[in-house]
Amino acid sequence: MNFTDNAFILICAALVMFMTPGLALFYGGLVRSKNVLATIMQSFIMLGLVSVLWAVCGYSLSFGTDIGGLIGGLDFAFLNGVGMDNIGSPAENLPHLTFMIFQCMFAVITPALISGAFAERMKFGGFMVFSALWLILVYTPMCHWVWGGGWMDEMGALDFAGGAVVHMSSGAAALCCAILLGKRKGHGSTAFIPHNLPMTILGAGILWFGWFGFNAGSALSADGGAANAFVTTHMAAAAAALSWIIAEWAHGGKATTLGAASGAVAGLVAITPAAGFVTPMPAIIIGLCAGAICYGGIMLKNRFGYDDALDVVGIHGIGGTFGALATGIFASIGAEGLLYGNPHQLWVQFVSVIASWAFCFAMTFVIFKVVDATIGLKATDEEQDRGMDIAEHSETGYQW
Amino acid sequence: MKKIEIITRTFKLDDIKTALSGIGVRGMTVSEVKGFGRQGGHKEVYRGAEYQVDFVPKIKIDVVVENDFAAEVVEAAQKAAQTGQVGDGKIFISPVDEVVRIRTGETGEDAI
Repeated sequence: MNFTDNAFILICAALVMFMTPGLALFYGGLVRSKNVLATIMQSFIMLGLVSVLWAVCGYSLSFGTDIGGLIGGLDFAFLNGVGMDNIGSPAENLPHLTFMIFQCMFAVITPALISGAFAERMKFGGFMVFSALWLILVYTPMCHWVWGGGWMDEMGALDFAGGAVVHMSSGAAALCCAILLGKRKGHGSTAFIPHNLPMTILGAGILWFGWFGFNAGSALSADGGAANAFVTTHMAAAAAALSWIIAEWAHGGKATTLGAASGAVAGLVAITPAAGFVTPMPAIIIGLCAGAICYGGIMLKNRFGYDDALDVVGIHGIGGTFGALATGIFASIGAEGLLYGNPHQLWVQFVSVIASWAFCFAMTFVIFKVVDATIGLKATDEEQDRGMDIAEHSETGYQW
Repeated sequence: MKKIEIITRTFKLDDIKTALSGIGVRGMTVSEVKGFGRQGGHKEVYRGAEYQVDFVPKIKIDVVVENDFAAEVVEAAQKAAQTGQVGDGKIFISPVDEVVRIRTGETGEDAI
């Protein structure tokens, strides 16, 4: 075991944990004040729900002994065999517990991301059951396929820190939920204006900070590779913030603070699969493209008429997809992409994109239908009018 | 007795308070309101979605004075609040049936 690596990865795990309340604030500021607590809760409570499920069975299903390339076994259920030493650890340099808890934080934030799509109209009880089932039936297979020795790993798909496992999965799920749940009351006629953009910008800053743990930590050691991932992460965020506000201005508007924050997040999403595989200059190119592409991506919801309240599809779905393909083009460290004489990698990335979207959308569809039929997921018009904070939590965000 | 309601620009609050205190008005109530008349609203843009915001923030100052004093108060308020631009607002004068001072129970003009 390498104790320097251990120190680094434990700190990175804490950084990634911090991204979940950061996401809560990012989303919270974007909704109307009567829904701020319900929105924050949908992210925050994942720390509770997913962490426990991860320890009980989630970690094992993701990283346990492979069964048919599709799922892990239950050898690590209840963290059996996951101890302070490196026995059984997928990363030999780290205590097994360190690897497990680092991965735990990724599992926590992924279902939280989806909540942006159904903000302001999802009932809490149904949401909790949906999220628990989604973790087990969508996240753990994806995690296993890409990182746990499953079929995508075998195929050679490159996903450094979760472009598929975290972003495409949540993006596909978000699209499915937005379509099935339907629109918010008043969509198309009522103005849904963000009630606290300073909160959103704070959240974006926390996400950017935490993302260093997310991407650099995925190097799983405190070496030059982590340094590279740290730098590519930062550069992509920076470039994307710029390209988003340029896109806004070119589209006939002004550069907005929300645009700068959204652009940075789009860049961070896009670099996630690529961070350890590309060098800094391609990272800047990836960021520049991601800002503009995701800006266009959020316009899609107006074209197609689905109410993806907080643009999870436009930023995570499309950003993650672009990032996965960009990895196939620009990879030069540990693998070669198209520009380095290996067109096959781009094909592999493309297959992983299709498979991720298809599986995650379809499985989310089934889970949604089952939970909706049994518990019910959509808040009534009257509940939406009163506000989800009062309706679901008997709380008010602000005492004026 | 008359109630004088002054609805005008938010930044005019201090000017109006100074002007009214200067002529002997001893109390007033202020609320933050929104409204529109001829003044247009403005456009806000969030992630490419444009919203036309029609309601403009204003302040409403309520003052109750003796009948004889009302005209002087209205004139002082109008002078203090006026900028000459669309959006200066309005003053409404209405009769007040009765006034009670809660602390002592006094009524009528003594209670103002």
